[in-house]
Amino acid sequence: MTVFLVRRMIQSVIILWVMSLLVFTGVYAIGNPVDMLIDPQSSQEVRETAIRNLGLDRPLWVQYIVFLKGAVRGNLGNSFIYNMPALKLITQRLPATLELATSAMMIAIFVGLPLGIVAGLKSKSAIGRGIMTCSILGFSLPNFWVGLMFVMIFSITLGWLPTSGRGETVEIFGIGISFLTIDGLKHLILPALTLSLFPLALIIRLTKAGVEETWLSEFVKFARSKGLTMNRIILVHILKNILIPVVTVTGIQFGMLLAFAVVTETVFAWPGMGKLIIDSINYLDRPVIVAYLLVTVIIFIIINLIVDTLYSVLDPRVGIGE
Amino acid sequence: MRRAKTVTKFKIKPQSNIDGHPFRLLTSNFLESKTATIATVIMFGILLIAFFAPLISSQNPYDLAQITILDGTLAPGLKGHQGTTYWLGTDDQGRDMLSAILYGLRISLAIGLSSGFLALIFGTAIGLLAAYYGGKLDVLVMRIVDLQLSFPALLIALVLLAILGRGIDKVIFALVISQWAYFARTVRGTALVEKKKEYIEAANCLALSTKRIMFRHLLPNCMPPLIVIGAVNVANAIALEATLSFLGVGLPITEPSLGLLISNGYEYMLSGQYWISVFPGIALLVTVASINIFTERLREVLNPRLEK
Repeated sequence: MTVFLVRRMIQSVIILWVMSLLVFTGVYAIGNPVDMLIDPQSSQEVRETAIRNLGLDRPLWVQYIVFLKGAVRGNLGNSFIYNMPALKLITQRLPATLELATSAMMIAIFVGLPLGIVAGLKSKSAIGRGIMTCSILGFSLPNFWVGLMFVMIFSITLGWLPTSGRGETVEIFGIGISFLTIDGLKHLILPALTLSLFPLALIIRLTKAGVEETWLSEFVKFARSKGLTMNRIILVHILKNILIPVVTVTGIQFGMLLAFAVVTETVFAWPGMGKLIIDSINYLDRPVIVAYLLVTVIIFIIINLIVDTLYSVLDPRVGIGE
Repeated sequence: MRRAKTVTKFKIKPQSNIDGHPFRLLTSNFLESKTATIATVIMFGILLIAFFAPLISSQNPYDLAQITILDGTLAPGLKGHQGTTYWLGTDDQGRDMLSAILYGLRISLAIGLSSGFLALIFGTAIGLLAAYYGGKLDVLVMRIVDLQLSFPALLIALVLLAILGRGIDKVIFALVISQWAYFARTVRGTALVEKKKEYIEAANCLALSTKRIMFRHLLPNCMPPLIVIGAVNVANAIALEATLSFLGVGLPITEPSLGLLISNGYEYMLSGQYWISVFPGIALLVTVASINIFTERLREVLNPRLEK
């Protein structure tokens, strides 16, 4: 276990370093942020001071070393636009995105598992086929368009739910959380539902395939011949065996959700990380783009680590020592 | 009733297994699913419509001489001041939405197909090389593939486009870079299995050239899963491009794909002019869904393990 963790840590540091190099060089090839920041009519002198103050007059490799020196101390540079540490800016927005992604995942799991089980047990019937066709729709529906349709139907036509923003939040340990207030919950429903469609479809399909496979296995036949109730067979015998792929996919999908939150947050003006990165790309706010990507890489590394570890906990046959 | 059905199935199936070309067998198998058949017809229909868009549509929506701002934001079914009926309404510039959708479909499909095809060639070549030569090359390629697949394609494409800027060629490039790894991994897996089989050994004994073995013997046997992944990727690429264009990092405004049309209609939707955004979205949905249902069935038919 320790060997596994140490090896993963070393790998992660290497990945982070390679990513920082790639992203840094890539991002610094985009346009000139000074054009966006300074009034184009200002004098040459003002321009040059601004360039010097931002450290943009130095060669790329010097800039990179300065960045790296700061990065190992946890300083990823200052945002050009907001004039505050990029990392702080991102960590401020992180809870909103995490809340959105977690809610979406919850919807996907609690709706997807039962639907998948039904589809697996009745795969030949109309209900089973209907669920599977709907799950293909879940894959095919463009995320942003669904969001727009939800806004159109539930906010504009019916007027039930708000169109954008996060609503009222409650401070817990200094972090604003919106699902504890009614207003916040109202704001959360549509974005979370939109974001949940893709993982929902995926979980339905996985569960269905798993149920179909385990239903034919010897231990289920044995359980049935013992005369156990359907509920017990499904909830204890089948569910336990299909949970491993579901957990893996849930973990990986959680990372995907953080990325797709970019789209949902743009549609619903949800003040999370995704909205921040789109704004930063439009304003050429280089430090924020770099910091966002590095934070995302770290989140992905952590998620992959948790999934791999969970795997060996759920199925003792899987060893992680190699 | 149910029993009778299974009995007839039993009688017919073995017979059709004996005679008939494998392709015909595959098609007849495929057509057993009604949903898939309908989806396939729709899919080819959309391809045809997109291909012949200039002939079908009533106007060229990007020829300024043919549109008039007097007909701006007309609701679906209304007549313009020259007496033309706009069945799907018009946008703020007075463009016929139906024509705009047909032209948008062209761009979306062109991007989806070309990026899917390029990713297929690029990924297959790399995967095949890795599987054939093995060793350090294989380890290196698979590390890169694993690393890339642990990040969502959307994020990779978004970052690439943030760096490269807008444009059709750039979008295609970003989509190929973010999707080649799926092909490389699939083809490597199949090729590793196929490599150990007797026919490759026989080809080696005949002292055929490496190139010939790889492309004439190994590649054709790795094709079935690649076709499925390829179709999935075309659907994904179309949806991804729409998403990127919606986020404002995809296509320039001069080349409006379906995603850009939806994005343009967004602001009008809030004031009740739903048709500018809704109809392109439905077109996008039908396109992507029909490809996905088609692939789903193809996967079932090509995978004998699922036929029980």
